[in-house]
Amino acid sequence: MDFVQNFPFFSIILSLFSGPFSAILEKKWAKRVNYFILFVIGAMSAMVFAYTLETRQAYVYIMGHFPAPWGNEIRFGILEAFMATFFCVIMLLCMVGGERERALEVEDTKQNLYYIMVNLLLCSLLALIYTNDLFTAYVFVEINTISACGLIMIRQNGRTIEAATRYMIMSLLGSGLLLLGICFLYSITGHLLMSNIQVAVHGLMASGLYQRPLMVAICLMAVGLAIKSALFPFHTWLPDAYGYSTVSSAAILSSLVSKGYIFLLVKIFYRVIGSDIIFNSKVIHILFIFGIAGMIMGSIDAIRENDIRRMIAYSSVAQIGYIYMGFGLGTTEGVIASIYHVLSHAATKSLLFITAAGLTDCTNGKRNIHEINGAGYRNKLAGVAFTVGALSMVGVPMFSGFISKLLFSKAAVGHTIKMLPTLIALAISTILNALYFMKTVIRIYSPIKDENAGEEYTCVKFYEQPLKSVAYILFIVLNVVMGLNSEPIIDCIRRGLEIFS
Amino acid sequence: MSRKLSQKEYEKTFSYRFSVWLKGDKDPYMDRVEMKPQILKEEPEEVKKQHHIDELKEKHRAYDLEHNLEIKRFGKLYVVFSVVFCLFLVGVLLLGVSDLPSFGEKDNPVNNEVAERYIENGMEETGAVNIVTGMILDYRAFDTLGESHVLFIATCTVLILLRKDKKKREDEEDDRLHEPKNDVILQTAARFLVPLIIIFGVYIILCGHLGPGGGFSGGAVIGAGLIMYLNAFGFEKTEKFFRASTYKWMSFGALACYSLAKTYSFYTGANHIKSVIPLGIPGNILSSGLILLLNICVGIVVSGTMYAFYCMFRKGDF
Repeated sequence: MDFVQNFPFFSIILSLFSGPFSAILEKKWAKRVNYFILFVIGAMSAMVFAYTLETRQAYVYIMGHFPAPWGNEIRFGILEAFMATFFCVIMLLCMVGGERERALEVEDTKQNLYYIMVNLLLCSLLALIYTNDLFTAYVFVEINTISACGLIMIRQNGRTIEAATRYMIMSLLGSGLLLLGICFLYSITGHLLMSNIQVAVHGLMASGLYQRPLMVAICLMAVGLAIKSALFPFHTWLPDAYGYSTVSSAAILSSLVSKGYIFLLVKIFYRVIGSDIIFNSKVIHILFIFGIAGMIMGSIDAIRENDIRRMIAYSSVAQIGYIYMGFGLGTTEGVIASIYHVLSHAATKSLLFITAAGLTDCTNGKRNIHEINGAGYRNKLAGVAFTVGALSMVGVPMFSGFISKLLFSKAAVGHTIKMLPTLIALAISTILNALYFMKTVIRIYSPIKDENAGEEYTCVKFYEQPLKSVAYILFIVLNVVMGLNSEPIIDCIRRGLEIFS
Repeated sequence: MSRKLSQKEYEKTFSYRFSVWLKGDKDPYMDRVEMKPQILKEEPEEVKKQHHIDELKEKHRAYDLEHNLEIKRFGKLYVVFSVVFCLFLVGVLLLGVSDLPSFGEKDNPVNNEVAERYIENGMEETGAVNIVTGMILDYRAFDTLGESHVLFIATCTVLILLRKDKKKREDEEDDRLHEPKNDVILQTAARFLVPLIIIFGVYIILCGHLGPGGGFSGGAVIGAGLIMYLNAFGFEKTEKFFRASTYKWMSFGALACYSLAKTYSFYTGANHIKSVIPLGIPGNILSSGLILLLNICVGIVVSGTMYAFYCMFRKGDF
């Protein structure tokens, strides 16, 4: 066995270890440890990615001395390693980009608690990506939920506490449904290991036994994960949680936490149940309908919103709708489009949150859209970066959002019944996206209104906050690269999905 | 007065104290259980007025049901929908459960080769007589590793909510003053019980691989003992040996130890290297490889977590 194959396990255990380790450190050192660990794990995941890309195989890594159905194991292929690398990069950029706000908004004594949360969140995301065992996935979903809650409420004002409470209730409901689903599956298959469950489920389908509990289990798990990733009717916790928490939390939550659950759902579809059974069941129609509803309702909510951060948060609801619509198409093309959208949304939404904080910062902290006139001139780099993010979200060519919309429509064209609703929803949603994002972009480049003429605003030059500027530039580069050079990424996703189950 | 005893001496006798107690003239807890009254801070008149106006405004905005049709309609819809949804969920779950394999049958899918190996080879392969411990700490140790970090992160999250800076605490009402102090009954009982409880907890942890017990349950027992000690003797005594930093170092030590031990066994297991840790003779106290160490680690984390939760909710110095 090559030494590289140990790296997924090393990255999980390293991030797990760094959680308690940050507790005993000074806040300055906790920050350094966090950045260092993100960097190291990103590098290790990239090595695993390169390795799997070369060998084009998936590997199983036994956790302990006992092989699979008895002990735990993790499994990694191209897609998993790519996701892990990407998540580390995005998380590092979010942490760097939100560093200044974090120092201001989080109390001094709680700074190192923040890094504990982030380290353990990273660990749980990695474990969700790599695990090949449903119960391990559930354990790390728990860590994920609690640490996300901590990230929301660490900036303490009434709003965030309320948001965290809402998040907690909804998210625990989701966890509960997921656990029920796992219990159902366990009692009809007798396994917790994903590959073994798939074999058992295919046996059940062939013999016709336990059909109803199987469907109930699939529904429970899908609905549970949909609640946790804020699919349309379950999105009420989202705007407050993303809108009022400190900016690096909002960026991490929107771009990574919900995506971790979505990746787990892909895993359940492909590896636990088997894609053929899922694509022939009626569950995906429900996901399709709610996805389409989310695409439109999320955008309408965002248009009605005047607070810039909450507006971006509502836009997340619409984008999550896109992803579930892709699953709902019930084809591999649709799933590839969804996974690409997971990546492009992660890159874009975190950029938008961080630049929005930069823009409101030079507007004396005002977040109302009507008052941020001219912010793009006061902080030029943030203005440019926000514009890039907005264009990408709308789906203008050259940026990553365009490619995912293209992939969605390509996937829809192959489908007889769902083609028309998908294309219409895509068109409407694009127009709605353009309405609210372009409105904001135009506003940040408009002259200051007369009634605000007397106010003193600070201008921010890009060299004054070097780390933040670097984060902005890297985000822009990431978006443009994903928009211009999407073919290799799509290829990786396709190859990854082939060896996924 | 035909009394043999003087008034002073008479007051010392048992019968006098008994009669006083019977009449209820004297509070038996006087001088024993102290309760300090809360000092209420006076707010300036203007602030009070402003609070009152804000409250009225808020009530008017949020609870003006007569004029706020939206809330009225929403309230009704909410009730209807929640009832319908609950009934639907109950129906679906009952339907699903009714088709599940019935409990305890011999040929259920759950009774497969996985359970068979746990039961038949569990003792031989893990060295633990208690196969549940063998399962959670050896076969499926990765899950338990995650689970013990769940406890740690839960404490950290509560810490985010409840940790107060020193300055802030002085501004707020300090309800620690309300607590009774020096309760003789509790203190006497605690002197007997706390050592017993803690020793029992240690026993449960150390014998987790030999019989029922283990880190989680033993840790909970030790935590309960510590909480009782705190209740009886107050923060001044407990903070001599258990502070926030103690908790941090304790949990870091235990979790790091757990992580390191498991890193070794996962690494050797996955790379097919023979582990050098001997399993020992099943039934001995020093047996079953790493399980004893892991149980101790889990016990430390759990007891610390229990105690830390209690401290934080009582506004201890965390």
